[in-house]
Amino acid sequence: MLIENTIILSHRLLKGGYRLLTLKSKRIAPMVRPGQFVHLRLPSPADAVLRRPFSVFRAQAGRLAILYKTVGKGTQAMATLCAGDEINILGPLGQGFPNVRKDTLPLLVAGGYGMAALYLVAQRAPVKGIVFVGGAGADDILCADDFRRLDWDVRVATEDGSAGKKGLVTRILDAWLNKELHGRQPEFFACGPNGLLKAICKRVGRGGWDGWISMDRHMGCGLGACLACVQKVCKRDAAGRETWAWARVCTEGPVFACRDIVWD
Amino acid sequence: MNKPKPDLSVRIGGLVMQNPVMTASGTFGYGPEFARLMDLNRLGAIVVKGISLKPTQGNPTPRLVEVPGGLLNAIGLQNPGFDGFVRDYLPFLRHYRAPVIVNIWGHTINEYASIAERFNDLPGVHGLELNISCPNIKHGGIAFGTDPKMARRVITAVRARTRLPLITKLSPNVTVIAEFARIAEACGSDAVSLINSFPAMAIDIEARRPILANITGGLTGPAIHTIALKMVWETARAVKIPVIGMGGITSAREALAFIIAGASAVAVGTANFSEPLSTLAVIKGIEAYLVRHRLPSIRALVGTLETGAVIPKPRGPGRPCA
Ligand SMILES: Cc1cc2nc3c(=O)[nH]c(=O)nc-3n(C[C@H](O)[C@H](O)[C@H](O)COP(=O)(O)OP(=O)(O)OC[C@H]3O[C@@H](n4cnc5c(N)ncnc54)[C@H](O)[C@@H]3O)c2cc1C
Ligand SMILES: Cc1cc2nc3c(=O)[nH]c(=O)nc-3n(C[C@H](O)[C@H](O)[C@H](O)COP(=O)(O)O)c2cc1C
Ligand code: FES
Repeated sequence: MLIENTIILSHRLLKGGYRLLTLKSKRIAPMVRPGQFVHLRLPSPADAVLRRPFSVFRAQAGRLAILYKTVGKGTQAMATLCAGDEINILGPLGQGFPNVRKDTLPLLVAGGYGMAALYLVAQRAPVKGIVFVGGAGADDILCADDFRRLDWDVRVATEDGSAGKKGLVTRILDAWLNKELHGRQPEFFACGPNGLLKAICKRVGRGGWDGWISMDRHMGCGLGACLACVQKVCKRDAAGRETWAWARVCTEGPVFACRDIVWD
Repeated sequence: MNKPKPDLSVRIGGLVMQNPVMTASGTFGYGPEFARLMDLNRLGAIVVKGISLKPTQGNPTPRLVEVPGGLLNAIGLQNPGFDGFVRDYLPFLRHYRAPVIVNIWGHTINEYASIAERFNDLPGVHGLELNISCPNIKHGGIAFGTDPKMARRVITAVRARTRLPLITKLSPNVTVIAEFARIAEACGSDAVSLINSFPAMAIDIEARRPILANITGGLTGPAIHTIALKMVWETARAVKIPVIGMGGITSAREALAFIIAGASAVAVGTANFSEPLSTLAVIKGIEAYLVRHRLPSIRALVGTLETGAVIPKPRGPGRPCA
């Protein structure tokens, strides 16, 4: 983990208010594991006391890309940056996804920018799997083609039916699990809104499978120091009874095993 | 020819620091969190996150929100307790030369005194910082640090039980902060540090709900710097013990302002989040300033504020510590 001043190589507006920011990063990019994130310092530190966390979308050969949506003042400030501008990042941070195993069928499930956190999982996996992606409308379905180019099967659902099947992503997932799993051993990798992650963990628990989710929490330091980003996880006390403890999403996460999460 | 380097060292009670820059409790974890990015030995002192006798879970989330010029936090003093600290962090900290100051807190006078006592003769701990901004659960939850009588009692009790250099950390949530500094001095503190965060809140107007789960939190960061500066100035004029200034330091500028106002040392807090190497930049900036102003030492700068007017010193000596 380190701090690097990077130069913006390109900054592209995609659909749905999403942007693709590609940075020249000699030092951090080669260290990134799938699911890890960077903490990005905004161009105008005067009114931003905190960095902003973003999953690494792509990382290769001295380049690092993030895929982000403008939602507030920090991402709006980022949107004004141009190629050639400097941006300071801290990373790679957190525990990413475990390596995809050869003997399982990897199922990636994403909502919105969750796709960004999962691309490296697919790219570095030793076997091909299926990506289930959902969003409000066609504009929220990002980088499906990037996954198709890796020869992954991409299944789309939108709430308004403007792309893929109409409905929630869990609907197409359930239909697939019922009809097409054929006794294979799936392993889940998910990133998206909390409701989706919870729904995935429920299915993983029921099926007795392995599942990993990447969680999204408001962060301060990103380094494990401020204890702002905590999530309840299972723990056994000295007497062996089941209880809970806080885990830091920035340090022990953002990726957790489904079985470890305590949902409130 | 190389000019001699200015002397940055400062003394807080029996504690000697190689430079005046410390970390503010709760913004630097226990050290390991930042050790991968910087050499902790370059710090004046490492002040760790507040420790209580027993482990504390802290508040539900959200615990932190950015606001204009700063942030609100309501972490709720989550910590692993005395045993957890000694087991999980102290062995790591012992590898460093930089002095370690443990910030302590409790809910009753007894808890404060007991936790203070346990750090006696514990190698690797060089001082205590007493956080008196906590509510006294035996007295309707009023913060120890906002009631002169309770402040006197808790500082006296802790002083009686610790042999370590004792820094009392003052709450800004009072009318005259110098009064509390004088109490700390009279009751045997070796130094005072100020300021802790300001009680504040933020509301999500669409949801009509507080943003922090705890409803209220503490404001820190650049927004509080000038208020902290005035409080440090008033305090330094009122006591003879060293004053440690903090609140909104993001660069050497704010640190130097505290020192000119009378602080012997400073602590960097919220700035560690956006720029984890802030402390090192502040040290470098202070040194460059001393060179530029041909000052032989940091001590030569402390309290050199020129006001051009005769300002009466605050009210006489502190009452004896009862
Ligand atoms: C591990 C991790 C990975 C992420 N990856 C991506 C990604 O790949 N693409 C993407 O578009 N977004 C991602 N996010 C969310 C992103 O951090 C927020 O959208 C962003 O911080 C919003 O900043 P803002 O100033 O525009 O919004 P504001 O609402 O103005 O921000 C105010 C404060 O709230 C925090 N905040 C607001 N929304 C979120 C959120 N959803 N998650 C965490 N903090 C938030 C901000 O960091 C800031 O401190 C990720 C978050 C985490 C924790
Ligand atoms: C996230 C956070 C946690 C803190 N925890 C503690 C604590 O445990 N004990 C304490 O005395 N002060 C605590 N503080 C207060 C700081 O030590 C410091 O007094 C305050 O932040 C002002 O300095 P700053 O403006 O540079 O941050 C905390 C501050 C923050 C932002
Ligand atoms: S963001 Fe500070 S501990 Fe996770």
